[in-house]
Amino acid sequence: MSPARTIFKPTTATAAHSVVEPGATSKRIAATLVILYAVITMVPLVWIFLTSIKSPPDSISYPPKILFTPSLEGYCNLFTTRTRQTPEYIAALPEPDGICDAVTRKRNMVIAGPSNFLPRFANSLIIAFGSTFLAVGLGTLAAYGFSRFKVPLADDLLFFILSTRMMPPIAVAIPIYLMYRQLGLSDTALGMMLLYTAVNVSLAVWLLKGFIDEIPREYEEAAMIDGYSRLQAFRKVVLPQATTGIAATAIFCLIFAWNEYAFASLLTSGSAQTAPPFIPTIIGEGGQDWPAVAAGTTIFLMPILVFTILLRKQLLRGITFGAVRK
Amino acid sequence: MTTSHHTFADKTAEAAVRATPEPLARRVRSLSDKAIAWLFIAPTIALLLAINIFPLFWAIYLSFTNYRANRPNAEVRNVGLGNYSRVLNDPDIWASMQTTAHFVFWTILLQTVIGFGLAYLIDRKFRGHAFWTTLILIPMMLSPAVVGNFWRFLYEPQIGLFAYAVSFLTGIPTSEIQMLGSVQLAPWAIIIVDTWMWTPYVMLICLAGLRSIPDYIYEAAEVDRASPWRQFWSITVPMALPFIMLAVLFRGIENFKMFDMVNLLTGGGPGSTTEVASIALKRDAFEAWATGRSSAFAIVLFVAVFGLANIYVKALNRVKQR
Repeated sequence: MSPARTIFKPTTATAAHSVVEPGATSKRIAATLVILYAVITMVPLVWIFLTSIKSPPDSISYPPKILFTPSLEGYCNLFTTRTRQTPEYIAALPEPDGICDAVTRKRNMVIAGPSNFLPRFANSLIIAFGSTFLAVGLGTLAAYGFSRFKVPLADDLLFFILSTRMMPPIAVAIPIYLMYRQLGLSDTALGMMLLYTAVNVSLAVWLLKGFIDEIPREYEEAAMIDGYSRLQAFRKVVLPQATTGIAATAIFCLIFAWNEYAFASLLTSGSAQTAPPFIPTIIGEGGQDWPAVAAGTTIFLMPILVFTILLRKQLLRGITFGAVRK
Repeated sequence: MTTSHHTFADKTAEAAVRATPEPLARRVRSLSDKAIAWLFIAPTIALLLAINIFPLFWAIYLSFTNYRANRPNAEVRNVGLGNYSRVLNDPDIWASMQTTAHFVFWTILLQTVIGFGLAYLIDRKFRGHAFWTTLILIPMMLSPAVVGNFWRFLYEPQIGLFAYAVSFLTGIPTSEIQMLGSVQLAPWAIIIVDTWMWTPYVMLICLAGLRSIPDYIYEAAEVDRASPWRQFWSITVPMALPFIMLAVLFRGIENFKMFDMVNLLTGGGPGSTTEVASIALKRDAFEAWATGRSSAFAIVLFVAVFGLANIYVKALNRVKQR
């Protein structure tokens, strides 16, 4: 290899960059195509946001309106606690109570009924954070165990942990449904939390094992020579070193639990229902209330949007179980 | 000063030790590494056994019975392999498998071609590529159900943006762009959303593959005056192939299980044109309540995914070793 390089070097010496560096034209073409794709890919998301601030008539006008007067009707319908009301009733109220009442009056809105969005959103928060906390906790311990000790059949156990992710959710949903019915866990936040923990713990173990493997063993050994016990070394040396990995893992678990739909739609119906099965059921006067659906979707997607931007460096690891590292 | 402080602390500690016969702290301190390893791993294994393996075995048991979940008190009879023979001889179930295969084939083909193409372009490292890459990655992080539901709106023939855009570009009247209502177009409506959502996934893995190819190989090829076309087919593609195959594996497993998007966009319709295996299974289990038969169906599906994935991984390993 090195002779080829030395022969080659002089010819490139005049060029500002290495030989494999693509030329300016090729870069310009690449940039144009990628930007075009990115813009097209963003259109549905931008449209969700635009629809969420349209009035219902504007949202279903044809041709689709790009310029319109923004309205908060969608958000008001999403959060309203009022029961079904006509414009006349609302107009007759003595004083508007808050922004939503004012919007309702100004726009002559019909309220289709009280919305369940807030409790469903709260369920999503509780279940997603609860299961993430459990999965990352269990996963950290197990990952440390697999990383630092000679565990008999470690490879088989790790593969077993991974293979639990291959089952179609519907396939295990039937016995879990029966099991939960027996245990009184059906349609409870606790039941969903345990279920998501079980699904996420496989990802957590695999990712965290990768992160902990990268922390040199010498750190703990040094701490143990200084008189720390194994557990103290774990807590005071390994855990702080693994913080970044633990945080990234937590966000991936959170995103999964936040987005999950199949189990949620089959195993919850009322009190423990999360937002993904709920949002499609938002109905307004005469059919789907698209501004309200869009408003719910926008609010629901926001945290993930932020996390994606924060996580972009770790993304590859997270989505491939750490099988590929950048 | 510190020494006296230490001795004092030590003395109190000793007193504490003497006071309780075997303090917890000491017992924990003296845990052997082996005990710690098990203590750390056991909870995870226990949880997976309870919520993954136990249900799986229960499903296997149920698949041999005539149990119906909506009649918990009825007598449960062992029907042997009856459920399996019914599943394997049911033309509807085979049709759903075929539909699934059709989806898996087209989504993987489109996502791999577009995803690899994008990765190849982004690898040119033009100015601002990091920003645009992040934008492209957003769809795959979102909830397929929540976003898929909104696509139903985009697909509406009279009011939706999609029909409008297609009509604007092709001149076909919007009334003919019934993406979700037409037997011919409904499968493509789902393939389009799946491709929109998951192409970034393939792209990201391909990008990692392309970045793993060392520069010196291209430099050597340049010395040999290999054409860019030749370099692409004899260096870029083969070197990135294990990564592409890994992406195909992950997407294949996921799309074999595809449920959320289909359920929200078409619910399996019109007719049963988009009824993939998961949708058929859900109908059998949670609408027809044929728990025994649907368990047999679930086991067949699981064995199929597991078997195909294992064969595929063997092929992948062979490519990696080359």
